[in-house]
Amino acid sequence: MSQDQKKKYQFLEHTADAKFQAFGHSLEEVFINAVYATVSLMWDREKIGRKIQQPVRVEGRDLEQLLVNFLEEILYLLDSRMFLLHSVEKMKIQREADIFVLDAQFLGDINEKQYRPHGDVKAITYNEMEIHTNDRFMVQVVVDV
Amino acid sequence: MELKRINAYTYQILKHGNMNVPTVIYTSSKLLESIKRDRTLEQAQNVACLPGIQKMAYVMPDGHQGYGFPIGGVAAFDLDEGIISPGGVGYDINCGVRLLKTDFMEKDVEAKRTGLLAQIFRSVPAGVGKGGKLRLSRRVLEEVCLKGAEWAVENGYGTRMDLERTEEYGRMKSADPSYLSKRAIDRGVPQLGTLGAGNHFLEIQKVDEIYDPEIAGVFGIHSLGQILVMIHCGSRGLGHQVASDYIQAMENRFGTSGLPDRELINAPIRSEMGQQYYKSMSAAVNFAFANRQVIAHWVRDVFKKIMGSSEGMDQVYDVCHNVAKFEKHDINGEEKEVCIHRKGATRSFGPGRKEIPEVYRSVGQPVIIPGSMGTASYVLAGTRQAEQLSFGSTAHGAGRMMSRHEARRRFRGEQIKQDLAEKGIELQSTSWRGVAEEAAQAYKDVDEVVKVSHELGIGKRVVRVVPVGVMKG
Repeated sequence: MSQDQKKKYQFLEHTADAKFQAFGHSLEEVFINAVYATVSLMWDREKIGRKIQQPVRVEGRDLEQLLVNFLEEILYLLDSRMFLLHSVEKMKIQREADIFVLDAQFLGDINEKQYRPHGDVKAITYNEMEIHTNDRFMVQVVVDV
Repeated sequence: MELKRINAYTYQILKHGNMNVPTVIYTSSKLLESIKRDRTLEQAQNVACLPGIQKMAYVMPDGHQGYGFPIGGVAAFDLDEGIISPGGVGYDINCGVRLLKTDFMEKDVEAKRTGLLAQIFRSVPAGVGKGGKLRLSRRVLEEVCLKGAEWAVENGYGTRMDLERTEEYGRMKSADPSYLSKRAIDRGVPQLGTLGAGNHFLEIQKVDEIYDPEIAGVFGIHSLGQILVMIHCGSRGLGHQVASDYIQAMENRFGTSGLPDRELINAPIRSEMGQQYYKSMSAAVNFAFANRQVIAHWVRDVFKKIMGSSEGMDQVYDVCHNVAKFEKHDINGEEKEVCIHRKGATRSFGPGRKEIPEVYRSVGQPVIIPGSMGTASYVLAGTRQAEQLSFGSTAHGAGRMMSRHEARRRFRGEQIKQDLAEKGIELQSTSWRGVAEEAAQAYKDVDEVVKVSHELGIGKRVVRVVPVGVMKG
């Protein structure tokens, strides 16, 4: 195992926004680690209860769009329902006809003021996005903060 | 790529490769150093390659790397040949600044400052994942997006005079909320009347220097030590969702091949997709106007309660920092309607423009430039010169130069609070980590940014203010 793959994710320098790389042994694992990297900018997920199960299904015409839509789901659930994510389970990425489909389950809790998030992510961007699936699994994402 | 120095504050990249027009960067040799360290120049050249772009692709003095378009980017497009791009507006649609004046002086608020700030902190919801106090139905939210600040005034938040003193009079008439996705509305429903987090803030400020007493007087600013209130926030999750929705819709419609950066995705202005984005973006712009209108009303309530009165708390102005709109400009000697994108830039219309309210028409519009946390902010006046040099635009803030990550490594929120206290500035925040990330040292020098604007003549320095109380989301 390379040094990189021992880590789930790492942040890189970016003037205005936040840039990270996520690692793993499969596409599913790197996508999950990208979720954890994004969440780490907003709250400590270890402190969030595992009380609510939230099924998630997103689609994308390519892997980049699939990843953006998947990460956006965290922001959507936060804004619309105050849902704070603890972890991702039952993750599956499949190709159906000419699109990618991702099914997963988010575990977490609704924030009724018992949690204090520490930062904000406004949006997931395509800027400098990289998705490697050949020799190794790695994604790079810049998020607007 | 050759960066050519035209004069002390103007640099140009000549047309080369696929560029349709040259790129012009308004900056000083000092600010240029940090611009050169990131991808600002490369991104500005990419913008110059877009179809239908007019005259030049501009970068304002606070320019820095964005995604697709640089922050501080200003570009105008021909209505027939040109495009509209969600990445040219940004994710936080109508992120902007509202400034209220008061008739209180520093000595009046000194003893009550802590109570004032604490009450504002209680009255204006801020932070991540924080819902607002308003419980709106989806139908009402659509009305908010249709009418903007007008909706707020009709429902008892503020006065007609506030509307007059808001860019677009607080409402873009092009808004059509029926184009908003369900997800955008879901995100907007809990968030009207919330400040948000990140770089958003609410400050109680005092006038520190008056450069042009005559214009300052027209803006309602008359004395050193006079207390002002500045509100900096945007369209929250609703606006972010509109940007994401249309980036995706445009990708699915037009594909991404041939784009140097996927965030440059765009649609012809006159196409159905282009029009739908414009109408949705306008709806998000209106949400942000209503958001700042509601917050301003609550701030006045707090002053009434703590200071005994909110009389004289007139709005100076409210400006957009992230927007696309149709304006008439001089293009090579002819007046022509174009689609202007301002991403991290402020409109800076000079005397005479019909878009600015009568009360300011003889002196130019107020341009409000917030500094970073704990540093000065400025009020400028728009100029005729800006209409010639930058499609009537100037800077929008200090502009970051250090990553949040690096800022967290170097600074501690608690220490910053203490340092500010020693300078007579009180700070309230929902997050120490957020305070560290917004450390003033992570930003460019706002005094230098404003100096460039003033010396070039794209925004005339009128008043400098410094904070006495800061509420950070």
